[in-house]
Amino acid sequence: MTEKQRMAFELNGTPAEVWAFPFQTLLDVLRVEAGATEVKYGCGEGVCGTCTVLLDGESVNACLLLAPQAAGRRITTVRGLGTEGELHPLQAAFLEHGGSQCGFCTPGMLLAAVEFVASADAPGRDEIRDAISGNLCRCTGYTKIIDAIEGYIASRTGGGPHSG
Amino acid sequence: MDSVQTRPAFRVVGRSIPHRDFEEKVRGEMAYADDARMPGMLHGKIVRSAVPCATILSIDTIEAHALPGVRAILTADDVPYNTISEAVTGLGMDQITMPVLAGSRVRYQGEPVAIVAADTPQIAARAAELVLVDYDDVPGVFDPSEALDPGAPAVHPDGNVLVAWSIREGDAAAALAAAPVVVEGTYRSQHVDHAYLEPEGGMAWIDGDGVLTLRVSTQVIEHAREVARIVGLPQSKVRVIGSYMGGGFGGKEDMTLEPYLALLVLHTRRPVKMIWSRQESLLARPKRHPFTMTYRTGATLEGQIVAQHIQIVGDAGAYPLLSPRVLFAAAVTAVGPYRVPNVDVSSRAVLTNNVPTSAFRGFGAMQVTLGYESQMDRLAEAVGLSPQEVRRLNHLREGDLLPTGETLPTYPALDEVTRAALEAMGPGPETDDPRHRVGRGFATNMQPYGRTVFFADHASAWVGYEPDGSVTVRAGVTDLGGGQTASLAQIAAEVLGAEPDRVSVHIADTALTPLAGGTFATRQLYMSGNAVLQTATELRDAVTPVAAELLGAASDDPLVFADGAVVVEGTDRRVTLAELAHACEDAGVDPARLSTFRPPRGEFDPRTGRGKTFPDYTYGTHAVDVDVDLDTGRVRILRYVACHDVGRAISPQRVEGQIQGGVVQGIGYALSEEIVIEEGNNQSSLFADYLIPTSADVPDIETIVLEIAEGKGPFGARGIGEAPVGPTAAAVANAIAAAAGIRLTQLPFTPERVLEALRSAGERGE
Repeated sequence: MTEKQRMAFELNGTPAEVWAFPFQTLLDVLRVEAGATEVKYGCGEGVCGTCTVLLDGESVNACLLLAPQAAGRRITTVRGLGTEGELHPLQAAFLEHGGSQCGFCTPGMLLAAVEFVASADAPGRDEIRDAISGNLCRCTGYTKIIDAIEGYIASRTGGGPHSG
Repeated sequence: MDSVQTRPAFRVVGRSIPHRDFEEKVRGEMAYADDARMPGMLHGKIVRSAVPCATILSIDTIEAHALPGVRAILTADDVPYNTISEAVTGLGMDQITMPVLAGSRVRYQGEPVAIVAADTPQIAARAAELVLVDYDDVPGVFDPSEALDPGAPAVHPDGNVLVAWSIREGDAAAALAAAPVVVEGTYRSQHVDHAYLEPEGGMAWIDGDGVLTLRVSTQVIEHAREVARIVGLPQSKVRVIGSYMGGGFGGKEDMTLEPYLALLVLHTRRPVKMIWSRQESLLARPKRHPFTMTYRTGATLEGQIVAQHIQIVGDAGAYPLLSPRVLFAAAVTAVGPYRVPNVDVSSRAVLTNNVPTSAFRGFGAMQVTLGYESQMDRLAEAVGLSPQEVRRLNHLREGDLLPTGETLPTYPALDEVTRAALEAMGPGPETDDPRHRVGRGFATNMQPYGRTVFFADHASAWVGYEPDGSVTVRAGVTDLGGGQTASLAQIAAEVLGAEPDRVSVHIADTALTPLAGGTFATRQLYMSGNAVLQTATELRDAVTPVAAELLGAASDDPLVFADGAVVVEGTDRRVTLAELAHACEDAGVDPARLSTFRPPRGEFDPRTGRGKTFPDYTYGTHAVDVDVDLDTGRVRILRYVACHDVGRAISPQRVEGQIQGGVVQGIGYALSEEIVIEEGNNQSSLFADYLIPTSADVPDIETIVLEIAEGKGPFGARGIGEAPVGPTAAAVANAIAAAAGIRLTQLPFTPERVLEALRSAGERGE
């Protein structure tokens, strides 16, 4: 068996260093070696999007990457959203609109949504629908997730309490 | 005060309040089954049968044992009591048991044969591959209708009919022979996977006092007793903690990995974690029953139903699990929410060498909806009425008798839910694309909530004021993500006057929480909701005299428990809950209560098919507009409205969420989901091959939550967990028929099946 290697990356704004086998997936290393249990295993096939993280701001399925592919890069998980005890406004919108039930898809879903709203200006509901279609949810039927994302965008463009 | 209170005002109940668990979920902080670990922890892996039906000649573990880091490999001989023997029907009809680990015989592909514990998940997986099992294939049976043939291979020694239920009223044969209108149809459903996003998982260890402790993703912590029997420990020495689940839908109602964790922990004396892969979950976890349902419906020329003759065959797979109860629920609800004077229902669970089937949201009562609601549309067409008119003519009314001879427990708001759903839909769909057809359909259902009354169901709760006036609730409920815990917090806050965020609900621990009986059968709001309501009310009654004395109130002064205090209504005399709790201590009044909710029992006679069955039902109507692409056969959902009478919405937002989620599961069931099994071999064990709806596949699900008829839950609530998955497939089938003139009867309605039906209709010149 090969030996563990040192691997450094940035996790939610903080430098992280772990020892991992080169054949370990990024999902496995984040969960087991880096303690980022908020990244969830859903299928290991890249189908469900449950393990979504942002790699240099782009959403990826952590189960499809080998850990060394993330070396030296910036990884954001759901715990990297928001600040000092404050929810990111998108998290607050999920809470307000009931966008989470069992909550297992929520970390990945939020990251897919964060990536989308960063580039979307005033999307319609169908654009939101397409944007999160790589992230499966078995509980909500998606309507309230879309409500939450739409609500966040409306408050942002309307300069409401969630702006900025 | 007015003596008649039709709609009492609530402070907390009826509001959509975000609960602590949802905040943890959006923060990513919720600790699910796989999110804890312990020093020295090993990792477990199951060796599963590669073949569906075989004799085991030998199991060679030498090579696997030789792998460094392997700590244990156990087979059937290592299991103290190798039997999973829960009595499933409750009516004394359970003979066939299921081994924890297969010994001499495997009966379905994926059946557990051996278990491994190793230092890492990778080593455990490798060791599992190195366990060499020598199988000798024997003939199996994979189709329930073939399994009924006299010469079919026997899955178990006593024949392949696991259970046969029969419900009869009047003389269906005579009524059908005399009926001027008879419509017939055979409807088929498929194997479906729960596909919760959190696969089965858990961790176990030996805790203080030698207590084997399991922390697992389960709907039923009471399985602790079954685990104790399997491993040979006193039941007092096994503790199950239920972690918040990443979805369950019935799939975590039977045991999943509990016995395997328990065996490995006791053998290695170290903590063990086991997480099933998505692929083994798809391969081997129990599925929804495929049903074959044959309906003959007789009616008058005016559309009044006079008889239903219904035969249901469900594929139970290789072991009973909950099949007898599923087929029972199907039998009881098979005629749907309609008055039928002459009924002949037979409902059989048949053993095959397919993957076992068991509980899944809707539990037999959902599959039959496709049968009775397709029949209603066919009847409407036959007698020249609209689908709405023919249903209204036949709807159950208050006080009607069901085919079991029992009286309908509460008012069925069938006209109301149907009218509301159809009115919300407005004008019908249109298209100017000549290669598309659009149409509207709807379906109505009745879904039981609560266990059958012959189970003598009960649920307990502990409720108490803390010295600072906050409230603690202890209840053995498990939380699927549907707000089970949150609704208990709301009920306790409502009764005891605490602010909702000052109520903590401790759940799902057999060592610490009074048992509540599992989260399934849409029973927890009904059972534990009533238990918390009852216990909190007893507690409030007990502390009221103390509060009255503190407030100097007369005995008939009305006291209001609200906003963290008790006030004399209409005055500014006020005492905080903390002051009240202190005063209780001084007065020797216990500021806590433990009590058990026991709804009325009933008896059912399986020989006559008569007696009491379910506590009550939830009624709903779903309406849908579909687009059928004549070239590709693809069915697209254009609009969807779902209406249910919930009696009382404890948390309206969560009720809507349950409905929307149920509908989308129903859309997957209707259009795309199927575990394909060929000769016992699962062809759908990749998530890429099992198509649950994505956000792009479904429209917004519009909900109408009505509070019409008081149910049997707390504050008149009806259960909403399972009900919304029921009508979808039938509504879609009826919409496709309205759009394209084709009557689909085999689920799922894939593009291939739609094209085939279009071709057949074309050949018939329709």
